[in-house]
Amino acid sequence: MSVQDLVDHGRIAPPLDPRKRFLRLTERNVVGYVRAWPILLTGVVEPFLYLLSIGIGVGALVGDVTYAGRQVPYETFVASGMLATAAMNGAVFDTTFNFFIRLRYAKLYDAILATPLEPRDVALGEVTWALMRGTFYSAAFLVTMALFGLTESWWAVAALPATVLIGAAFASIGLAGATYLRSFLDFDFVNLAITPMFLFSATFFPLSQYPDALATVIRFTPLYQGVALCRALTTGEVGVGLLVHVAYLLAMVAVGVAVASRRIDGLLRS
Amino acid sequence: MVDGPLHPDALVRARGLTKAFGDFVAVDGVDFEVRRGEVFGFLGPNGAGKTSTMRMISCVSPSTGGELSVLHLDPRTDGPAIRSRIGVVPQEDNLDTELSVWDNFIVYGRYFGLPRRVLRERAQELLEFARLTDRRDDRVDPLSGGMKRRLTIARALINDPDLVLLDEPTTGLDPQARHLLWDRLYGLKRRGVTLIITTHYMDEAEQLCDRLVVMDQGRIVDEGSPRELIHRHVTPEVIELRFAEPAEQEAALSSAGEAAERIEVLADRLLLYTRDAEATHRALAERSIEPLTELTRRASLEDVFLALTGRTLEE
Repeated sequence: MSVQDLVDHGRIAPPLDPRKRFLRLTERNVVGYVRAWPILLTGVVEPFLYLLSIGIGVGALVGDVTYAGRQVPYETFVASGMLATAAMNGAVFDTTFNFFIRLRYAKLYDAILATPLEPRDVALGEVTWALMRGTFYSAAFLVTMALFGLTESWWAVAALPATVLIGAAFASIGLAGATYLRSFLDFDFVNLAITPMFLFSATFFPLSQYPDALATVIRFTPLYQGVALCRALTTGEVGVGLLVHVAYLLAMVAVGVAVASRRIDGLLRS
Repeated sequence: MVDGPLHPDALVRARGLTKAFGDFVAVDGVDFEVRRGEVFGFLGPNGAGKTSTMRMISCVSPSTGGELSVLHLDPRTDGPAIRSRIGVVPQEDNLDTELSVWDNFIVYGRYFGLPRRVLRERAQELLEFARLTDRRDDRVDPLSGGMKRRLTIARALINDPDLVLLDEPTTGLDPQARHLLWDRLYGLKRRGVTLIITTHYMDEAEQLCDRLVVMDQGRIVDEGSPRELIHRHVTPEVIELRFAEPAEQEAALSSAGEAAERIEVLADRLLLYTRDAEATHRALAERSIEPLTELTRRASLEDVFLALTGRTLEE
């Protein structure tokens, strides 16, 4: 007898739409965090601190920098880098630390895989939640930037979907990477991947300041795509070339979700 | 058996079902059937392949050989559909520790796509079933072991399943908590829910199971009702003799002879299987066998297991 026959005979409830199943896990995270909403506020405070210390403080010392062939105040330049970095950090933290605990210690996904949800739903559900959380933080960051006068164009509004994309890319890759972590000691590898990107993705100074060889390498690193995208949008220096960054980040999402789904399947459904 | 191999009401049917992890064969070609409304047990020591079998039935572990149908569907292709109709209670509680007791019900029910209105009703009933009504808004972590177990079982009922799988439901619980849990499981049985239980407690299997299979080293060594199995393999009564010295046990063994139908030798005691305990006691006295302690009891599934495998369940 097929599933459809059983549904027709009223023996079983109609199955959940496989394309929407992952939203159930996202919903779980919403329920959990609504009860612990003060935690979410920390993400709003963070951009103020970032922008105050590095942007305004250091900016007063540095003056202007050359970006896209014109002079841009340093705090404006660096704020966009911070925006992209914050989107990355939020996504990576959410999908490595929280995911790792749920996977290895809380056995949350063992419980979930006993329901109609599949490993892919777990991966997509967690990435989607990281995005929702990230969108909230990035919006707070952008509003703060605008209040401090660090945006130069209405294109800055498009930086919000850009940060969502950055979040999706790093959440997906973070999730895939977290399935390889064996213990808390392994989190040093996460830092090892994140810190150099944070320091060397043209976050703090223009790509032209780097030696040519290093600049070439940086062009291919993940966070650089996000920084370049956010910076172009907040300063209004928009061109077709930005689509390359978009494509790069989309590819990260596809690869990350595919790898994470396979790994979750292998780890929990042997 | 009267019903034969193709019982029309079989909710689970396995033929030559096998699970191998590399070279290690955890489940080695088992055949069994679970019928609607019964409590079916897998009895065996740790490592017998009970959990692997349960994981295959609950569609979270693909079989590596043989056939398996669950609720008339194929786990390989219809996993989500099967899982939507079963309830799973794993060996280790895996409650959502980031959520309250109440949200554990609601959120878990949402994984099955059930509407919130239905879930609120069911969660209220299940809170009462689990006797946790006054802990509704508490987090899960501070609950006692027995409470967590009851919550895990109650949560597994949120989708009103046709079939509930319980892996070692009472392991690690104190006697009082165990009896409360058994009481809850009887309640389910009365409501017509089909249960599959694994256990290495013979008393649990005897109390709860209508039918069971005895598993050892990945194989099924026999099946039947607890009463059938005891009748088939052992005598109704058992006398346990303990001695002060191993040498005394040896001496008693060599002289006990015809006093019992069969004698099993364990490290710390002798088990004498008999149909007439009185007569055996007299025979022992005639032979001047004087053990330190002497216990007469009804034969149990433990004895069946010993007779079938030559080992006790604890070994």
